Amino acid sequence: MDDTALGWWGVPLAVLAGAIRVSTPFLFVSLGECLTEKSGRINLGLEGTLVMGAMSGYAVSYATGNPWLGVLVAGLAGTVFGALHAAICSLDRVNDIAVGIALMLLGTGLAFFLGKPYIQPQAPQLPAIGFGWWSSSQQVRDALQVNALFLIGAVLAPVLLWGLRNTRWGMTLRIVGESAEAARAMGYAVNRTRMLATMAGGFLAGVGGSFLSLHYPGSWNERLSSGQGITAVALVIFARWDPVLCFWAALLFGGAGALGPALQSVGVTQGYYLFNAAPYALTLAIMIATSSARHRLAGAPAELSVTR
Amino acid sequence: MVDRLRLSRRSVLGTMTAAGGLGVLGSALPFAPALAKDLTIGFIYVGPRDDFGYNQAHAEGAAAVRAMAGVKVLEEEKVPETVDVEKTMESMISLDGASLLFPTSFGYFDPHMLKVAKKHKDLVFLHCGGLWTKGKHPDNVGSYFGYIDEAQYLSGIVAGYASKSKKLGFIAAKPIPQVLRNINSFTLGARSVDPTITTSVIFTGDWSMPVKEAEAANSLIGQGVDVLTCHVDSPKVVVETAEKRGVFVTGYHASQAKLAPNGYLTGAEWNWPKVYTDYVKMVQGGVKPPNLVRGGLKEGIVKTSPYGVAVSEKARAHADGVKGQFMAGSFVIYKGPLKDNKGNVVVAAGKEHGQTDIALESMNWLVEGVVGSLG
Amino acid sequence: MPSFLSSLAVPAAALAASLALFGLFVALVGVNPLDVYQLMYTGAFGSWFSWQNTLTRAAPLILTALCTALPAQLGLVIIGGEGALVLGGLAAAAVGLALEGASALIVLPAMGLTGMAAGALLIGAAGALRHGRGVNETIASLLLSYIAVAVLNHMVEGPLKDPASLNKPSTAPLADDYTIGTLPGMDVHWGLVVGVVCAVAAWVLMRRTTFGFAARMVGGNPRAARMAGLPVGRLLIVTTALAGAMAGLAGMVEVAAVHGRANASLIAGYGSTGILVAFLARQNPLAVIPVAILFGGIGASGGLLQRRLGLPDASVLVLQGIIFVTLLASEGLRGRLRLPRLAKQPQEA
Repeated sequence: MDDTALGWWGVPLAVLAGAIRVSTPFLFVSLGECLTEKSGRINLGLEGTLVMGAMSGYAVSYATGNPWLGVLVAGLAGTVFGALHAAICSLDRVNDIAVGIALMLLGTGLAFFLGKPYIQPQAPQLPAIGFGWWSSSQQVRDALQVNALFLIGAVLAPVLLWGLRNTRWGMTLRIVGESAEAARAMGYAVNRTRMLATMAGGFLAGVGGSFLSLHYPGSWNERLSSGQGITAVALVIFARWDPVLCFWAALLFGGAGALGPALQSVGVTQGYYLFNAAPYALTLAIMIATSSARHRLAGAPAELSVTR
Repeated sequence: MVDRLRLSRRSVLGTMTAAGGLGVLGSALPFAPALAKDLTIGFIYVGPRDDFGYNQAHAEGAAAVRAMAGVKVLEEEKVPETVDVEKTMESMISLDGASLLFPTSFGYFDPHMLKVAKKHKDLVFLHCGGLWTKGKHPDNVGSYFGYIDEAQYLSGIVAGYASKSKKLGFIAAKPIPQVLRNINSFTLGARSVDPTITTSVIFTGDWSMPVKEAEAANSLIGQGVDVLTCHVDSPKVVVETAEKRGVFVTGYHASQAKLAPNGYLTGAEWNWPKVYTDYVKMVQGGVKPPNLVRGGLKEGIVKTSPYGVAVSEKARAHADGVKGQFMAGSFVIYKGPLKDNKGNVVVAAGKEHGQTDIALESMNWLVEGVVGSLG
Repeated sequence: MPSFLSSLAVPAAALAASLALFGLFVALVGVNPLDVYQLMYTGAFGSWFSWQNTLTRAAPLILTALCTALPAQLGLVIIGGEGALVLGGLAAAAVGLALEGASALIVLPAMGLTGMAAGALLIGAAGALRHGRGVNETIASLLLSYIAVAVLNHMVEGPLKDPASLNKPSTAPLADDYTIGTLPGMDVHWGLVVGVVCAVAAWVLMRRTTFGFAARMVGGNPRAARMAGLPVGRLLIVTTALAGAMAGLAGMVEVAAVHGRANASLIAGYGSTGILVAFLARQNPLAVIPVAILFGGIGASGGLLQRRLGLPDASVLVLQGIIFVTLLASEGLRGRLRLPRLAKQPQEA
């Protein structure tokens, strides 16, 4: 075997590299959703937030020449959507799932509408850091080109876990998510906590979107998101509302997404639609296997509508 | 402003004829005055018209028509291949007075465009990609398409010279005849340079899947592929990924040269401005457009992108030589003996399928040298 | 009566507010809102042609909206209508092809029933998982929908592919006898009638039968319903299956009235717009009809906004999003605005 072709050995390497590349939006959206859900609300609108983040991040990077400014604006756009979600949900008799679907639509529509002028131009991209310097194989070096946002996400996951467990705001968040009544009785501002959690969740989802347009695949168009935002919501359930598990689950989903193309590149072409649907089937299978009609999911916030 | 006034006059006209009953719409009468003044032409796209690809190529054609005298161009983008396109055509006809329609996506043809064309026998419907058949399809319908695989064959030659690893990559949407023909022609072009060259193909499953396309490009590069090409609606992602990873790329649909200043070798492009302005001139001159239009480099329906900086003199000479033969109409791509990639003979020795051969439009095999299989 | 009036007034006010917001939005991008309103009216309801355009687009939306509205009576949020539609269409086409040669009087009902069964299985599975394993029905129906779409793609490009479909992989076309035509004197297919009949039947089922009463009790308070001895599980599974059947029927109608075969064009987003219609109709099966017509009208006018004003196709999405958000907000605000008034009334009396 010559050193330019790894053949079948390239498949696991491609899946690993693909997992790192494809997982970042999953990671950010799921971390954001995790925070929001810990406060007792579900935000299905993160798909719209993701698309809006991708568009606004790209537009700002193009206009200013600074991709990091794009990431920031994408996050801020997400924050605004999060605030809108939380504000509407704080009204009486409003179903948080419905609000999420509405914002998914609005976010996608606005992004498509405002994003028309940015389909053509090329915007400055986020950098990647090479971790493959130790290897003489070009494939290994390419595979280990890790983007900066992935690293930030990888650090963020344990930090969030630690924060949820050990800090004052983490505990407040969890109390609000477990029982709004108890939290109120203890003097915590339930709506404000949820507002902040949803805004933070929106920020992270917006950043996840900017990754799509500013790093991988690295351009803005209307088919950019193929449901990563909504899949990430399912991923949180999969990960049991644990930020570190979200990280591993995001890697798994990313790897599953990379498996199809990797197998095809060595000549296995059959059934690619079914391969592409594998992550959804897997999520469903795990939800079925781990749920129970009698008690709620381990780790699930009691106030969360989807687990009641 | 003048434009808008004229529009409102026409919408009044549309409402009047509609109030007069649908039957009237079928006759040519209400539109005769509009026809004499200016020809209203509707272009319908399946995706966004600035996609650096399929739809943009058509929109560039529409823009050329817009610049002509005595025409009014209507455009609608992102129209799904459902009842939506039927209603879009009807709406262009009854609300805007369109009398010549260009629905540009393959899936518009059967049953949608055929249904509408049967209702409006006095109007002209010209469809991109379909295969008009006498007796089976209405006479006011035409279909046109180009042998873009000629340009893909030339891209294959250029790619064959550029590749060091002798591995090429092709990212395709779906294993349909149009796509397979491009993959095969590209591969045959490359193997005419060096018969040891292989083309690995990845099907993404849909016409626009940016993340899958990028992932496919990276996977192929990871397997040692050093020249990429594609057949998806928007090649932007594939071309940009190739440039980022430092491999060569050949374009498709429109020119993506400016997206990859280093790695862009050449590309297979549509030349719709010529096709559309020709059609419109015919209709304006009172000539009935032919029902079936096919053509390649020679007829000017397709063209190649100018060579990029990385294309060697040898490659240019070889490709230009074959291009000259295409222009003279003397080159045959599908010449026996040809085997598919499972070893079956698909074109027997001594047999030739010229470009106009309809048999090629239902291609369902991958030629020897292609790594991959059909779904 | 006042509650009936206010139940109309709130969506109407939300709609007006949404149109105003949308007007403001287009004004910000430099388009005159009055032009937009006028064109929307012209495109949606301004002529007999426009009305037919609107009604044709409304037909599938009525059925997919019922897919969300029926389970909503039980307090469930189902968003898998898209998948049920495509699976129903696929199954209907397969049956139409398998029975080729038989009388249309047999084949069309068979296609309808198979389409309904396919949709019922998919969404009924979400209901069963909810009841049996406590799996969230919203996420489950969405995941099932993704899987159904993959199955459709796989089947029309694999086992069920007609080689003659060339560049648009599809099943073989149905015989002409097995296609549904248009209503007499109109350019609107029979799917509209199917939708209206189903909506009325769903309303009767939910508002005038014991089954519906029981279902709405479960929706009001599941624990109380269970303690009252209601068969909660059966209600859940039957209602979700019925809901899936509605969307499956929409798929059959699409195949038989529009496409004449099954292919990827079935994935047209009717399922997701249906969710919107159901919520705007406040999950009332009868109200689904006018709301579906309204959304059909928005869709019908979208092309005109593109052609005459140069607005992007996404304008329709933006307007739909604004309507949905405004409506939900107004639902919540209604309680807030009315409470003080209620408190005041006894004092006056």
